[in-house]
Amino acid sequence: MSSRIPLPYAPRVLELFRNPQNMGHMEDATVAATAGSPACGDVIVIYLKINDKTESVIKSSFESYGCASNIASASQLTILIGKLTLKEAWEITWKQVSDELGKLPKIKSHCGSLAVGGLRRAIRKYYSEVNKKKPDWLPEEITKDEKHALEEEALAEKLKKKYVL
Amino acid sequence: MKMKSVKELLEVHGKAEKESYFDWENGSFVDAEVFNAMKPFFLEKGYGNPAITHRIGWETYESYGIEKEKIANSLNVDSVNLALTFSSTESNNISVLGTTKLNKKRKKIIVSSVEHLSVLHAARALYDQGIKIETIPVSHNGVVNLDILQEKLDENTLMVSLQSINHEIGTIQPIKEAIEIVKDKDEDIYFHTDASAAYGRIHLDFLDLNVDFGTISSQKILGPKSIAGLYVKDGIRLKSIYEGQLSVETLSPDVEYMPLLAGFAKAVEIQFNKFKEINEYTLKLRDKLMYGLQTTIPRVEINGPEGHHRAPDNINLSFLGCEGEALTLESSMNGIFASSGSACTSRILMPSHILTAIGRKPEEAHGSFLMKLTRLNTEEEVNYTLETLPKVIKRIRSITGGIEL
Repeated sequence: MSSRIPLPYAPRVLELFRNPQNMGHMEDATVAATAGSPACGDVIVIYLKINDKTESVIKSSFESYGCASNIASASQLTILIGKLTLKEAWEITWKQVSDELGKLPKIKSHCGSLAVGGLRRAIRKYYSEVNKKKPDWLPEEITKDEKHALEEEALAEKLKKKYVL
Repeated sequence: MKMKSVKELLEVHGKAEKESYFDWENGSFVDAEVFNAMKPFFLEKGYGNPAITHRIGWETYESYGIEKEKIANSLNVDSVNLALTFSSTESNNISVLGTTKLNKKRKKIIVSSVEHLSVLHAARALYDQGIKIETIPVSHNGVVNLDILQEKLDENTLMVSLQSINHEIGTIQPIKEAIEIVKDKDEDIYFHTDASAAYGRIHLDFLDLNVDFGTISSQKILGPKSIAGLYVKDGIRLKSIYEGQLSVETLSPDVEYMPLLAGFAKAVEIQFNKFKEINEYTLKLRDKLMYGLQTTIPRVEINGPEGHHRAPDNINLSFLGCEGEALTLESSMNGIFASSGSACTSRILMPSHILTAIGRKPEEAHGSFLMKLTRLNTEEEVNYTLETLPKVIKRIRSITGGIEL
């Protein structure tokens, strides 16, 4: 076995793990984005149904291949998204997700980051593929949480090269 | 860590109506028979230091000798060649680190890629002393490649450390052949085997094997934790790796603790008196559970060998499309306790080195589920697990949804 670390999750993580809100594939999603990598054991898909006129979320959902904190982070994020405008949704941070979950253990903080990275990727996708009027508030440069998702995907590539015979 | 929140966490978790415990690899309890053997040594006797010259000391020394003899007999070795330590981690560390003090000219240690971390990490810690570590690869079933072992042996080789049974995937290693290869090449190369997972499962005769050092553990045969053994062949003057006050034992400085030793000896007595019966029993449960799960759940892989090439107590399955930590937790909420080699369960967020060494892709390793069977498991636990685990897997896969792996 690998070296282990105690992971005393806050009860909220377990509650969402047991009864995840907004879970599952969304047939009529306007946009969907994936973050993470199966090689790292951490993948989140975020689905958004968007009202084009108001540029706000009608509904959101997720799928997750990951640990309890990954599942809870994605679920918690969709709860935070609610019916926010895309601008407001963009501003959700991993720290907010983590705080709502009663603070994720430090080693699991990337789970919150990955969920937020997935959401931002979905919003960017919306403005590049569906609604091509890119708003002023959407930064050109990738943000920290998006960067984290990219880093994890790069790590997965390395892992694959290292381990797959 | 706030203990209040852990209490709340446990409240939210709840307790399933039925429970099946299979996480013997990571934690074990003792049964009443073992506990009763320990009890008088907690309450009324054997509390002295066996190296002090008074009645209490001598009484302790007498009990110490009687109990230790039982453990030595189980390995067909003389009691003086068996050192008591506080864990198999310590026994492995003494073997790997201590051997470097026996011969300072030789600078190469050979290990397999699937050794326990207490061997691998101890060996890697020697880089600084100019010691080179050669890692022998294993087959897809985890069997050490003896041809490569043969090739790697040379006049610079100090020691070879290969476990007798892999603790995670149950591979029974060709340890006898490996020792012959090494000793045929050069009698002076030391051979250590970590037999923690093999002790009490397969026949082990350290004298007949001609092994130099052998690690055994109390916990793995349902004795108490915090006591283990290290066999050291007659004539080898292995030294302790840390300093302190010596008592009867000289390899692990400190004072012997009789309750642990008495519990260890009782566990040995039970395991070896009913050796055949226990191993046939766990083998029967193993196959019922392993093949039962494999046939009722789609997309399952068995990690490690099958039949008599596999330890009678070991089940390790990969449920594809399931992440191991989520799987372990969902199982726990349904009363089934096991562990996973998933990255998410580890400190360094890397999957089990053993599963990657046998060629499992990371996403296969992440879905791994390790269960062990002991004489304390019941057929009822196995039946409950066969009935419940398919639902657990189904739910975890429903969260994964359509994510392609």
